[in-house]
Amino acid sequence: MDAKTLYDAADHFLLKYTGLSLIKGLVLVVITLLHVAYATYAERKVIGRMQQRIGPNRVGPRGLLQPIADVLKLLTKEDITPDCVDRPVFMIAPFISLVAGATSLAVIPIWQNFVVANVNCALLVILALSSLSSFGVILAGWGSNSRYSFLGGLRASAQVISYEIAMALALVGVMMLAGSLNLIDIVKAQINSPFKMFAIPQIIGFFVFMVAAIAETNRTPFDLPEAESELVAGYFVEYSAMRFALFYLAEYFGMIVMSMVAVICFLGGWYGPFPIPGIPFFWFLVKLYFLIFFYIWVRATLPRYRYDQVMGLGWKILIPLALLNIVITGLIKVLA
Amino acid sequence: MAPTLEIIKKQQTEDIWDEPYFVNMGPQHPATHGVLRLFLELNGETIVRCDPRIGYLHRGVEKLSEFRTYAQDMLLTDRLDYIASAANNVGYCLAVEKLMGLEVPRRAQILRVIACEMARIASHLLWLATHALDIGAMTVFLYCFRDREWLLDIFEMMCGARLTVSYPRIGGVRMDVTPEIIDELYKFTEEFPKRIPEYETLIDVNRIWLKRTKGIAVVSGQEAVNLGLTGPSLRGSGVPYDLRRSVPYLIYDELDFEVAVEFEGDVYARYRVRMKEMREANKIIRQCLDKLSGTEGEPVLAENAPDLLMPFGKIKRPQAAPHPKKGYVVRGVELPVVPEGEVYVATEVPKGELGFYIVSDGTGHPWRMRIRAPSFVHISAIPAMCEGQMVADLIAVIGSVDIVLGECDR
Repeated sequence: MDAKTLYDAADHFLLKYTGLSLIKGLVLVVITLLHVAYATYAERKVIGRMQQRIGPNRVGPRGLLQPIADVLKLLTKEDITPDCVDRPVFMIAPFISLVAGATSLAVIPIWQNFVVANVNCALLVILALSSLSSFGVILAGWGSNSRYSFLGGLRASAQVISYEIAMALALVGVMMLAGSLNLIDIVKAQINSPFKMFAIPQIIGFFVFMVAAIAETNRTPFDLPEAESELVAGYFVEYSAMRFALFYLAEYFGMIVMSMVAVICFLGGWYGPFPIPGIPFFWFLVKLYFLIFFYIWVRATLPRYRYDQVMGLGWKILIPLALLNIVITGLIKVLA
Repeated sequence: MAPTLEIIKKQQTEDIWDEPYFVNMGPQHPATHGVLRLFLELNGETIVRCDPRIGYLHRGVEKLSEFRTYAQDMLLTDRLDYIASAANNVGYCLAVEKLMGLEVPRRAQILRVIACEMARIASHLLWLATHALDIGAMTVFLYCFRDREWLLDIFEMMCGARLTVSYPRIGGVRMDVTPEIIDELYKFTEEFPKRIPEYETLIDVNRIWLKRTKGIAVVSGQEAVNLGLTGPSLRGSGVPYDLRRSVPYLIYDELDFEVAVEFEGDVYARYRVRMKEMREANKIIRQCLDKLSGTEGEPVLAENAPDLLMPFGKIKRPQAAPHPKKGYVVRGVELPVVPEGEVYVATEVPKGELGFYIVSDGTGHPWRMRIRAPSFVHISAIPAMCEGQMVADLIAVIGSVDIVLGECDR
C-alpha cells in the first residue's frame, strides 16, 4: 500500500466521519445560537405584548437588532471577579453549564438525515448532559462564596436532582412504546403508532415531562435558584459581563434542547399533517417554536413556587404520576 | 452588629463553623420596597431570627418641620408616604385646622375625600403590583401600573403634580376642579371596577398564588392589636377598626361604604382586604362626585385660611418673641398665628393609621411635630410574623404589611 492510497483513505475517513460531523455540528450550533439570541428577543416582545407594553423597538427596525446589541454590550463590559471567590471554580462554572447544554444538540436529529451523532443511547446522553449542566449552577453558587449564591446553588441542586428523576421516569413510557433509545427510531415509532404522536397515549408522561423540563431549566414558576425577589439573582449574583451572559445562554440552550426533546419524543418530530417540499424540518421548527412560546407564556402568567412547595410537587405528585404512567403503559403494551 | 460581622468574616474564611447562617438582606434589595435592611439568621431556608434595621431614608422630616412655617411643612408630609401623598396632606391639614379652629368649606371637604380615596386606590394598586412581582407574577405588575397611571394623570389635571401632589392646603384645597376632571373621574369610576377582576383572574384563581399566600404569617386579631398593626393589615385579622368609620373625619360619616374585613389573618386575607378596599374607595369617589354637583360654585378655601407664604430664602428663626396678634412678619407678610396648644389627629391612610401630633408654642412654626407612621410600626411587626417561616415567605410578609420606607424613616 503506497502513501497515496493511505492518504486517500485517511482523507476519505476524515471527510466521512469527522469533517461532516464537524460541519454539521458547527451549522447546528450557529443556528441554535441564532435561535437563542432571537428567543430572548421573542421573549421580550411576546411578554411585552402580553403585558400591554411594546418591548424592545429601538435598535434596528422593530428592535430586531436588539439581541446583537445586547451581546456586544455584554462582551465589552468589565469581567469582575470578586476577591473572596474560589477562582478556578468561579471561572469554569458558566462554561460547564453552557457546554453541557450545547453538547446535547449533538444527538438530537432535526431531520432523519441531519443528526451530528446518531447514537443508540441518545436519550440517556441527553438526560446525562442536562444533569451535568446543573453542575455549573451548583459550582457557581458554591464558588461565588456569597450568601445569596450559596442559597441559590443549594436550591438548584435540590431542584435539579428531584426533577431529573421525574423527567427520566416520564421518558420511560416513550422508551417502552418505541422500544428504543435512538431518537430517530422514536420518531419513526410514533409515525407507525395509531395516533402519530406519543403525546396522546403518553399524555401523563407529556405533562410530567413539560413540568419537569420547566423546572430543569430553572424558569418561572420554578425559577427558585435565581428568584429575583428573594435571592436577587441567585447563583449568578456575583457574575458580570460575558460570564453572566453564558449563564443566560445556557438557560436558553436548555430551554431549546428540552423543547426539541419534547418535540421528538412526544410530538412526532419532523413529521406533520402534510410534507412541505424543500424544508424537511419545517414541522420540527413549527413545533419547537410553539413550545418555546409556551415557555414564554407560562413565564408571563404564573407566580413563583416556594422552595418546599417545589420539592413537594416534584416528589409527591410528579414522580408518582410518572410511575403510574409507566405501569399504565406497560399494561397497555402487554394487553395490546 | 460588630460580632455578627466578625462571624460572617470567619465563615467566609474558615471551613468549619458552628454559628448560624446569617444573611444580610438589603438595603439594596429588589424586594424590600425601598431601603429596608433585614438581618436574617437562617437555618436552611427557615428564618430563625429576623432583625430589621431602619434609617437609610432618614431625612429628618420631624426636625425640619420645626424650622418651617405650617404651610411649608405641608410639602414635607408629601414625602412621607410618597405613594399616597394626598392622604398625608389631608391628615396634616386636619391637625393644623383643629389647632387653629378653622372650619373647612363643604366643597373642599368633598374634594379632599376624593383626593384621599384616589390616593388609596393608587397606593393599593402599587402595593398589589409590587406584591405580585415579589411573589413572581410579573404581568399583574404592569396591569396595575397601567391603571395607576390613569389616576396620576387625573391628579396632574387637578393640581399639576403627579406624585407629591400637595393638593389640599390649610383651610381647604388649593384649587377647584374643572368639569373635565369630573368627567374623567366619572369615566374612571365606571371603568375601574371592571379592571379589578382582571387582576383577580390572574392571581386569585391561581393555585400557586394561593399556595404562596394562604396560611402564611397568620396573625390573630389579638396579636395584631398587640403588634400595633393598623389599616388593612389589622382588618385582615378580623378587627373591624377603620378610622373613617370609628372616628369619622371630613364627610366620611355621610358616605355609604363598607369596612373591608377578613378573618383569616394570613397574607391572603390582607390581600383580599385591599382588593375590597379598592372597590369601596371607588364607590366613595362615585358618591363624592354626586355630592360635588350639589355644591357647585361654593368656595373651596375657608375665608380665614392662612396665606401660603413661601419665601425663597431660608427663614431664620427670629430672636424676638412674636407679636401677640400678628405673629412674625417676614418681608412684610404676616405669618399665620397658630395658637398655643397641642393636638393629635389620626387619619386612615392606605397603609394604616397616620397620626400627626403637633405642639404649637404660638409662633409660625410647630414647636414639635411627631408623626405616627404606620410603616414604622408595621416593620416592627415583621420579625414576629416571619419567624419560623421560610425566606420566600418573608418576601410575601413584607409585601403583605405594605411598608414604605419614606414614611418609616421620616
